[in-house]
Amino acid sequence: MSSLAVQKAPSAAGTAGTAQGRPPLRRRIALVPTITLVLGAIYTLLPVAWVVIASTKSGRELFSTFTFLPGTGFADNIKELNSYRDGVYWKWMGNSALYAGLGALLSSCVSAFSGYALATYRFRGRETIFNILLAGVLMPPIILAIPQYLLLAKADLTDSYLSVLLPQILSPYGVYLARIYAAAAVPTDVVEAGRMDGASEWRIFTRVALPMMVPGLVTVFLFQFVAVWNNFLLPYIMLSDDEKFPITLGLYTLLEQGSNQPALYTLVITGAFLAVLPLIALFLVIQRFWSLDLLSGAVKS
Amino acid sequence: MTSSRRKSYGVKGAPYAFLLPATVLFALFFALPIGYAVYLSFRKVHVSGLGLGSGARKEVWAGLENYTDTLTDSELGHGALRVLGYGCIVVPVMLGLALLFALMLDSDKVRLAPFTRLAIFLPYAIPGVVAALLWGFLYLPDVSPFYYILEKLHMPQPNLLDGGPLYLAMSNIAVWGGTGFNMIVIYTSLQAIPAEVYEAAKLDGATPLQVALRIKIPMVAPSLVLTFFFSIIATLQVFNEPTTLKPLTNSLPLTWSPLMNVYQDAFRKGDIYQASSEAVIIALATLVLSFGFLRAANRRQKQEAAR
Repeated sequence: MSSLAVQKAPSAAGTAGTAQGRPPLRRRIALVPTITLVLGAIYTLLPVAWVVIASTKSGRELFSTFTFLPGTGFADNIKELNSYRDGVYWKWMGNSALYAGLGALLSSCVSAFSGYALATYRFRGRETIFNILLAGVLMPPIILAIPQYLLLAKADLTDSYLSVLLPQILSPYGVYLARIYAAAAVPTDVVEAGRMDGASEWRIFTRVALPMMVPGLVTVFLFQFVAVWNNFLLPYIMLSDDEKFPITLGLYTLLEQGSNQPALYTLVITGAFLAVLPLIALFLVIQRFWSLDLLSGAVKS
Repeated sequence: MTSSRRKSYGVKGAPYAFLLPATVLFALFFALPIGYAVYLSFRKVHVSGLGLGSGARKEVWAGLENYTDTLTDSELGHGALRVLGYGCIVVPVMLGLALLFALMLDSDKVRLAPFTRLAIFLPYAIPGVVAALLWGFLYLPDVSPFYYILEKLHMPQPNLLDGGPLYLAMSNIAVWGGTGFNMIVIYTSLQAIPAEVYEAAKLDGATPLQVALRIKIPMVAPSLVLTFFFSIIATLQVFNEPTTLKPLTNSLPLTWSPLMNVYQDAFRKGDIYQASSEAVIIALATLVLSFGFLRAANRRQKQEAAR
């Protein structure tokens, strides 16, 4: 199963690849599948299209003109967002980038160490350690977040960058993916050969195994990046100083205030639009690197 | 083999060293908090006198008191029922659509496949909070295009953020966000089916529908089982979407889902002991459900294999 996933990995998600090697019976477009998929795409793109158009409207236009009619207030909305509380919006974006970028990087390192150890060594307690780490996936986030908050409060660490960063470094799913990838991509003979040459275990890992694991680790990184960027519950519980908020929490507080002052709605909408942009951009770029086959290959086995 | 055993004897400590960061993080941010939550769930605050002055509020053992309170808490029970109803809509619709789209992507001569696949997968990259916010606005009569059209057509305009429709409105957000990921999982396992499997069916003149029902769906059954499993877990833990919709409507209680209830008890009422026992119960329910499900799925697979 896992070797299959890795073999398929280089094809990534970008190429169409449907029905390759199966000669067509009739030369026409398959109408039902095409129409179904286009309807699906319209459904998923609808809210995105809405936010793009709504962000161009001034507060008055938002409530008075037809939804899918572009407005005239885009530049003003951006200006207003920039000046809202001295540009705290961009601070939120920066914070999200920091939490997600650094968090995913550290997470990939930890996953790489663990996945490599679990895949290439035979040692006592290997499966037990692996299963215990995996059980973390099943834990409802709140059963962790509340005591994490209370314990970090004892260490005087709540309402800090660390309180959001640290609990998200260990990703059970990342360890799982790294193990599967290492098992398939790092041949045991190569590791043995390194030992024959007298290389230290650390050197074998960094010089031999790690380069082989890079495609799998890119997936772990991106997966964790999206997970941290999208996380709401943990920062919601940990943070009270809005200078440290990630974008999800920032937009939520804006929306909450907006229920009393609808004037803030245009800010929320413009903010949501700008917040979606980097992720869509990232998404289009990573398509080429992200071996989704690994994700599903992992799910399969 | 003997040589490799001798060799690996020399590197005995290495795997433990590699696993050290994960183990330390697990101990600090998983094991310790869970242990602490379990401990707190058996504690309570005892207030003596008027509760003034230091020493008037003391933490004492509560025995099973918090648990009996939790299990008889009607609000938590209602939340569980609400989430169950919500899950009964989300999981079948989301997985049904995911399977449908995956099969369509996998069919012959389909056009626009790369574009539509990307579009349907896109919501995966959008945070739940932002998704709820976007749909929330689309549910608001003042700004929504749906209401505009209904008004022009002189059709009744249901309030989507109240009563029964609220379940549909909430489910729609989850379906929108989750279909693409599940579609990709199912689609990639469809791609892994070797082409030879289809040859016989083609020679027999099977229609695409027959191929889908008789060959494709049974062959991707294992990924359907796992997507089903992960969807149920995610559904029971819903928190972000109802929390985000809350500011837009008055008819959404702050305790709509069990996790919201735990949050309210812990941080609004400040009763971390009660909240801990609720969290422990929810975690236990999740674990029992997960293992029960995985065992049933395993047994089923073994039976299939034996046949």
